Amino acid sequence: MKISLLLNIAFSLLFSRKKQTLVAAVGVLFGIAAFITLLGFMNGLNDLLDGMVLNRTPHIRLYNDLKATERQPLEMAFPDTNTSHFIRSVKPGSGDLKIYNNEAIVSALKQDKRVIGVAPKVSTQVFYNVGSIDIAGVINGVEVAEEMRLYRFADYVSGGNPIDISLVPNSIILGKLAAEKMMAELGDVIQVTTASGERSTLKVVGFFQSGIQDFDKVQSFASIATTQKLLGKESSFITDLQVNLNDIALAPSLAIEYSRIFGLDALDIQTANSQFETGSRVRSIISYAVGITLLIVAGFGIYNILNMMIYEKMDTIAILKATGFSGADVRFIFISIAMLIGLAGSLSGLICGYLLSSLIDQIPFNTAALPTVKTYPVNYDLKYYVIGALFGFLTSYFAGYFPSRKASKVDAVVIIRGK
Amino acid sequence: MKIVLETRSIQKYFYSPQKFQVLDDINIKIQQGEFVSISGKSGCGKSTLLYVLSTMDLDYEGELFIDGTTMKAKTENQLAIVRNEKIGFVFQFHYLLNEFTVLKNVMLPALKLGKFTKKEIEHRAYEKLKALGIEDQALKKANLLSGGQKQRVAIARALINDPLIIMGDEPTGNLDKKNSQMVFEIFQKLAQDFGQTMLVVTHDPEFAAGCNRIIEMADGKIV
Ligand SMILES: Nc1ncnc2c1ncn2[C@@H]1O[C@H](COP(=O)(O)OP(=O)(O)O)[C@@H](O)[C@H]1O
Ligand SMILES: [Mg+2]
Repeated sequence: MKISLLLNIAFSLLFSRKKQTLVAAVGVLFGIAAFITLLGFMNGLNDLLDGMVLNRTPHIRLYNDLKATERQPLEMAFPDTNTSHFIRSVKPGSGDLKIYNNEAIVSALKQDKRVIGVAPKVSTQVFYNVGSIDIAGVINGVEVAEEMRLYRFADYVSGGNPIDISLVPNSIILGKLAAEKMMAELGDVIQVTTASGERSTLKVVGFFQSGIQDFDKVQSFASIATTQKLLGKESSFITDLQVNLNDIALAPSLAIEYSRIFGLDALDIQTANSQFETGSRVRSIISYAVGITLLIVAGFGIYNILNMMIYEKMDTIAILKATGFSGADVRFIFISIAMLIGLAGSLSGLICGYLLSSLIDQIPFNTAALPTVKTYPVNYDLKYYVIGALFGFLTSYFAGYFPSRKASKVDAVVIIRGK
Repeated sequence: MKIVLETRSIQKYFYSPQKFQVLDDINIKIQQGEFVSISGKSGCGKSTLLYVLSTMDLDYEGELFIDGTTMKAKTENQLAIVRNEKIGFVFQFHYLLNEFTVLKNVMLPALKLGKFTKKEIEHRAYEKLKALGIEDQALKKANLLSGGQKQRVAIARALINDPLIIMGDEPTGNLDKKNSQMVFEIFQKLAQDFGQTMLVVTHDPEFAAGCNRIIEMADGKIV
């Protein structure tokens, strides 16, 4: 009863100043709408740019690096800690990239609750033969279904169905730029030479385009079986295990853990791509800063109208106090006015922000680098709407705080005597 | 007879431009049903005294009892409740809220008190307006009324919570002869027909003459 009465008075005061109220609310509207649009657009771009690399990068990559054995035979022969060993020109022994016992490792990883998926891979260097010229390249033998689930493989394949590499024997999805150099069309048969000198023919069933030139010039994809056949290896020959996690932040610590447990080399995504995170963070910070600045400006709008209203409504405040409304009541009334303006502005701002975002989402954005992207990217994450609304309320609360305190302290005697 | 309002040796000073005593040893007792007027020359401290008695001005020495309890120990919030429940005000200027209708203006103090439902309060407000002959204006915005009508609305508002005492500070001061006469008659009627306790500052001798008792002030003292 009491609160509804105070709110009722707040509403009446608001309606007696329709124009100023509207202007103040529109200020908040602009602030929130800009905040939502900016963050949605910036983060859309972030997702796009990050996605170009990060979507395609496993959270942890397990592999055998080519390097010299850490414990050299000499050390095993003379394990005495007092002896110093001087070994020069150490070379890696066997060039074996194979991950032994990989099936057991895969099933162990799949048991791990922190892991969403494991995709084995065989990658090998090849030469694409174009007439008498050889172009260096890499063929990645992948489990295409897992690759599509974990790394959005399908988004980057044009021309054909990515599944085809697992269905059509001896087929390949060629890097777009490599294909252009080779003038290979869909359905053509190309020749490749492996490092060990074997020649094979492969049928082109699609093109791979990540948007990163250096990548698209070199990388091609085939099924694991096809690649193993190219290499003349047995069906257990796997060179990489790509692991994706529920929580990407765990990657560095889990990389160390897996490396120790499985005796493999492990590279986590943060170490592999630290520069991307920095870029995204800077863009986010900029958009938050601009959005919050706009909201603070809007806050001053509310502050102004409230101050003006209090100045104009001194008589009202005095008589409310004389007839039994306390300072706290008066304060509540004016805080409510600020919050009502903030609420109206925030809600309409959220709607306008959403509409603006969807407008940007309609603007064509065609880039050769990203075949699946047709319009500007926008992120509609609810998070930004919640933060925007929260900031809107907070700004209006603070904008109302000091004026309403002033209103509650108005001395009725001074006002009444002044008449 | 019950004592509605009592003061014990109230002193008050103003400090600007220089220190001077505006109220000096004020001792008054007002009994239930009394119609008392305060008169005196302009500037003798009548309004100042009324603001002290109304609990709006807290900066005084001495003691003020309303309905038998001292006001000294009360918080700002409790004093607001006392004003809401026990005191009705009529000022020289009407102080109606222009954002509201006449009816809502009268209802506000009762809505704040919350003793009755909204329906009952509306009914009571109509009764008061009817008694003052302005019920036909009830749904108009307050700023559309004439001076005399506004002052009658202010009286209705002062009456809405059936206050222990009505205080008036020159309630006819802003009105023309005819309207002053009408307001004066309303006060007379309230005193005679309803036994309403009233304390009214006036320097209209005719108004003062109609009261049970006149408190004469000069230079901050009761004479
Ligand atoms: N806030 C104030 N500061 C200083 N002096 C004041 C203040 N308010 C009133 N006065 C002075 O106190 C005296 C009494 O004023 P007031 O009570 O309004 O007189 P009255 O109502 O009897 O005409 C006057 O001399 C007036 O100038
Ligand atoms: Mg006066």
